[in-house]
Amino acid sequence: MRGGLLLGDVLRVAASGLRSRRVRTLLSALGIAIGIASLVGVLGLSASSREGLVRQLDALGTDLLTVGPGQTLGGEDTTLPLSAPKTIARVAGVGRVATVRSLGDATVRRSDKIDPDETGGLSVQAADPTLLATMHGRMLRGRFLNAASGRGPSVVLGAVAAERLGVDRPGRQVYIAGRWYAVVGIMAALPLAPDLDRSALIGYDAAARYLGSERSATLIYVRAAPDAVERVSTLLSSTVDPANPEEVDVSRPSDALAARAAADDAFTGLFLGLGAVALLVGGIGIANTMVISVLERRSEIGLRRALGATRGHVRIQFLGESLLLSGLGGLSGVALGAVVTTVYADQRGWQAVVPPEALAGGLGAALVIGAAAGLYPAVRAARLSPVDALRSA
Amino acid sequence: MSAVLALEGVSKTYPGGVRALDDVSLRVEAGELAAVVGPSGSGKSTLLHIMGTLERPSSGRVRLDGHDVATLGDRALAALRARRIGFVFQQFFLLDGVTALENVAHGLLYTATPVRQRLAAARIALERVGIGRRAMHLPNQLSGGERQRVAIARALVARPAIVFADEPTGNLDSRSGAAVVELLRTLNDAGTTIVVITHDQQLAHQLPRRMTMHDGRLVGDA
Ligand SMILES: Nc1ncnc2c1ncn2[C@@H]1O[C@H](COP(=O)(O)OP(=O)(O)OP(=O)(O)O)[C@@H](O)[C@H]1O
Ligand SMILES: [Mg+2]
Repeated sequence: MRGGLLLGDVLRVAASGLRSRRVRTLLSALGIAIGIASLVGVLGLSASSREGLVRQLDALGTDLLTVGPGQTLGGEDTTLPLSAPKTIARVAGVGRVATVRSLGDATVRRSDKIDPDETGGLSVQAADPTLLATMHGRMLRGRFLNAASGRGPSVVLGAVAAERLGVDRPGRQVYIAGRWYAVVGIMAALPLAPDLDRSALIGYDAAARYLGSERSATLIYVRAAPDAVERVSTLLSSTVDPANPEEVDVSRPSDALAARAAADDAFTGLFLGLGAVALLVGGIGIANTMVISVLERRSEIGLRRALGATRGHVRIQFLGESLLLSGLGGLSGVALGAVVTTVYADQRGWQAVVPPEALAGGLGAALVIGAAAGLYPAVRAARLSPVDALRSA
Repeated sequence: MSAVLALEGVSKTYPGGVRALDDVSLRVEAGELAAVVGPSGSGKSTLLHIMGTLERPSSGRVRLDGHDVATLGDRALAALRARRIGFVFQQFFLLDGVTALENVAHGLLYTATPVRQRLAAARIALERVGIGRRAMHLPNQLSGGERQRVAIARALVARPAIVFADEPTGNLDSRSGAAVVELLRTLNDAGTTIVVITHDQQLAHQLPRRMTMHDGRLVGDA
């Protein structure tokens, strides 16, 4: 003689068990849903933000290099040779080259009435006319320095500098080291060179004439052919100073952005940890619900054994309820997490990216938790002797 | 022989030394309607549990529908209960969340019968116990007598070889109790073998056979 329980019946019985305890079902599914939603949300948001950064990097280009003075072995600061820009330009694979020179002592102010020590975090630099093109920069207002304006008291402001100085259009004047300069242009922000955003730029000739500055550069911006970036980058220091290449500092500004993406990943790890804790709490909630359910339903268990349920049938019924409960929570959590990601990414102007692994992983995690939470109560229910279960009513 | 049930020298001792059954031997033939009577604590429910394979005896043999119960494992015993044994309890034990019809269909849940056939059989069983019109009601919308009829329909739906009823009228007023006894008689007339446990002498006297328990021993059989 054979008995049996059909697969559809396992689901049907589990569903009707949950339906008769609606509030409790909803609350404990909610616990899991919140945990899963936070996991999916964290993964989705970090993927969306990383996607945003990658797009930004693509737009800015990873082919920009900077060459600056380094330090001698003894720790003294070095300077770049005057010939550096020319020798760099001759390296195969190098495109545009532009230099700036930091004019250390000079400060830029709105007027001569303001204390010279109040720099507002702004600096003054001499710049080549080719700087804007080399940076793939854009003017918000006016135009960049050219050969003519670079000889006179003209200044171009970086985006941050213009804002801090309260200058919103060309034609205004700012006060630099004892002299008024006419603002000829304001640059749009340069994400790869935040330094320039906070600078007031004048021509090399003007710097030499009014500030007595030298002409050697303190930083050289170099665009390399996209397929030659690595090679150019390793060649640059020995090109600039064949005798002491280690005293030349070559770097790639896009690495900083890439590092930021990596730092975001570190945060993601932290939030994932918090989400996992939320999930664990949800799992404990389900385990609790199931344990109570088994205690309350002793007579139902006894009845089912009398109707011909094996221990296995009882076990799978309670395990099924737990799985269904956590599966419900997991599904709603995954949906909630995807919605949160989409809405938030939209607000940030990112393309929403919900990794399919996060969806599958979220649902899978919910089911694993459901199985773990349901196992002990299910085994206890199955161990109950039919007579004890019936007599307890 | 057409004995559906045979007990030989069955004893049950609970941990702690309570001897709930002491050397009980009896036979129930197909088509019988028998009562087990006796005072509270005399071992009636224990006897029913052992006859119904819900519990194993400490010693002695139980044969049900041709099977020696001692030789069957959990799965085989469960299958035996699913197909060959029906139970009716004093507390009805209906599932609150589902309709009378689905409660009755539960009597076939563990027999690998598809749900459509289960519901069809449940409908017929409800008609047999006279409450076909209540099929879609939930248990809390039914009177005690109606609930016990639903429970009886559930015990019958798999067409078992024998039905055990433990104090089936214990939670009912005398009128619905009498109606339930009448129903059991009708079902027996149609061929169902039934063993009813009761401490109600008046009820027992309406049944063809009475076995009397006292302190775990079978002291009378008439
Ligand atoms: N699990 C158990 N452990 C220990 N003793 C038990 C257990 N189950 C029943 N007993 C004892 O076995 C004896 C018989 O109990 P049983 O329930 O069979 O009596 P009963 O005739 O059905 O009584 P009632 O009419 O009150 O239902 C009682 O003394 C009872 O206390
Ligand atoms: Mg009893």
